[in-house]
Amino acid sequence: MNKNVTTTALPSSLSFGKKRPAEVLLYGLIYFCAAFTVILLAGIIIYVLVRGIGQVNFKFLTSVTSVVKGTVGIAGNIVNTLLIVIITMLIVTPVGVGAAVYLNEYAKPGKLVDIIEFATETLSGIPSIIFGLFGMMFFGETLGLGYSIITGSLTLMLMVLPLVTRNTQEALKTVPSSYRHGAVGLGAGKWYTIRTILIPSALPGIITGVILAIGRIIGESAALLFTAGSAKALPKSFVDIFRKIFRSGGTLTTQLYLSATSEGDFNTAFGIAVVLLVLVFIINLLTKRLAAKYDVTKKK
Amino acid sequence: MANTKTNSKVKTKNAVEITAKGIMTVCAVIAVFAVFSITLYMILKGTPAFVKVGVPELLFGSVWKPTAKVPSYGIFNIILSSIVGTGASVLIGVPVGLLTAVFLTDIADKKLSSVVQPAVELLAAIPSVIYGLLGLMLLNPVMYRLEKLIFAGSETHTFTGGSNMLSAIIVLAIMILPTVVNVSASSIRAVSGNLRAASLALGATRLQTIFRVVIPAAKSGILTGVVLGIGRALGEAMAINMVAGGSVNLPLPFNSVRFLTTQLVSEMGYAEGLHRQVLFTVGLVLFVFILAINLLLQRLRKKATDNE
Repeated sequence: MNKNVTTTALPSSLSFGKKRPAEVLLYGLIYFCAAFTVILLAGIIIYVLVRGIGQVNFKFLTSVTSVVKGTVGIAGNIVNTLLIVIITMLIVTPVGVGAAVYLNEYAKPGKLVDIIEFATETLSGIPSIIFGLFGMMFFGETLGLGYSIITGSLTLMLMVLPLVTRNTQEALKTVPSSYRHGAVGLGAGKWYTIRTILIPSALPGIITGVILAIGRIIGESAALLFTAGSAKALPKSFVDIFRKIFRSGGTLTTQLYLSATSEGDFNTAFGIAVVLLVLVFIINLLTKRLAAKYDVTKKK
Repeated sequence: MANTKTNSKVKTKNAVEITAKGIMTVCAVIAVFAVFSITLYMILKGTPAFVKVGVPELLFGSVWKPTAKVPSYGIFNIILSSIVGTGASVLIGVPVGLLTAVFLTDIADKKLSSVVQPAVELLAAIPSVIYGLLGLMLLNPVMYRLEKLIFAGSETHTFTGGSNMLSAIIVLAIMILPTVVNVSASSIRAVSGNLRAASLALGATRLQTIFRVVIPAAKSGILTGVVLGIGRALGEAMAINMVAGGSVNLPLPFNSVRFLTTQLVSEMGYAEGLHRQVLFTVGLVLFVFILAINLLLQRLRKKATDNE
């Protein structure tokens, strides 16, 4: 490193103020790459909006595609997406937070912690199509849940578990240890301390993890194709919602994929793309707001 | 982590405490259980086809005709496509990503980076099916025109209508961009300011400082970003399934190709019997690749933290 700097130091100080052609070219490339990112995003947003915004109206959002009625809509897919998000988060939040609490508050450094950390790391690196395959085999076939919303949710739960665990861990690390000592000094038990002091203090981090996980679920498709299926019917009644959990249900992304490929209905595909873009951008904004508000989590 | 050690003076643990600890432990072990059962299932379901088809025929056979009268299950071209596609997309995505990271950390003022930074984050948030849809609508027609131009008189080329390897590579390169930018940028930011100041004081220009001092100092972090990008590209399924075409071929730029992932997406729905088992083997091959990358990644990360 030093060798390079010293050998180039003299000539460059002599030509002070003048830029060499190679440098100009490099600057150009750097600016080009940065501009490319921005233009790419702008292009994607504009193109999706232009092609899809005309499709999105009240009827599109509240009806179900039906040849008989002659309607085109994604209400069923919206309900399925919501159900999957809610069920997955109901399972994964306690598990993820519990795992983080164990790792940060209970566990002593050792083999078990190493194994858990390694597993969490590995889990976060597994691509969604593998989760889909496993979910289909294990939840769908071995446990006999078939193509259903619950199969999809259980599969996604494994997929987003590292996200919730990691964010909670980070948040717990920022809780000052004086809180723990203080609580113990006042005679509080460990569980009482966790429940009333640590978790409330770590709440912003936990919420960030939850929102990130929701974003991941909304955008997920490969893990759902062979677990949650593709049905788009709306539940007929309130009770039917609970029955629907054990039946096939295609999310917005699944429907987009099917519309753009086997169904060849590009208008619907772009309509869904608009809805998805709006959703993921809102989620992005929310996480940013949270991170800015509770800057403690960004300290690292 | 050591700060969490509170020497509880209350030695009499009541039932609640014990239950709470038990539940937390179970929660933490679920991740281990998940990785273990995924590995077990992939191996159990993925190995029978090796026995039935034969290892060399399966892994190195280049004819994929699962539904023919005399079926042939060679997945060599699929493996090759995944490797070539991932490699090429990384070759394109990494330089662009690294230069963008340099722009964010060392070149842009606050105003400019407040435009580029959110753009990178939003690119990462866009669902892969949307990338697929756009590739299908925008990239494939251009590719088709190119294809007609290049292979105008060719009688050996099978026309794909633009669904080809090149489209998949471009889509993948775009999709790994945010990963590379974010990881590289954070490791470049972590390089001590003293190093920059020393280099500048010795008379090096800003670019010389960046490329000869800062980037070498951040290289293990940048490498982590590259490996993460490789993992992401290798595991991507839906987007490239929409743009890469539907038949198994050699990974040439204008060939319609199948990747390990897209093979699963497009045939898992209807495959039966041995065909289905071979698809599980495809999944197993992908899983082995991913595990290798994960191990490499954890090594790199450990090295990066040791260096700090």
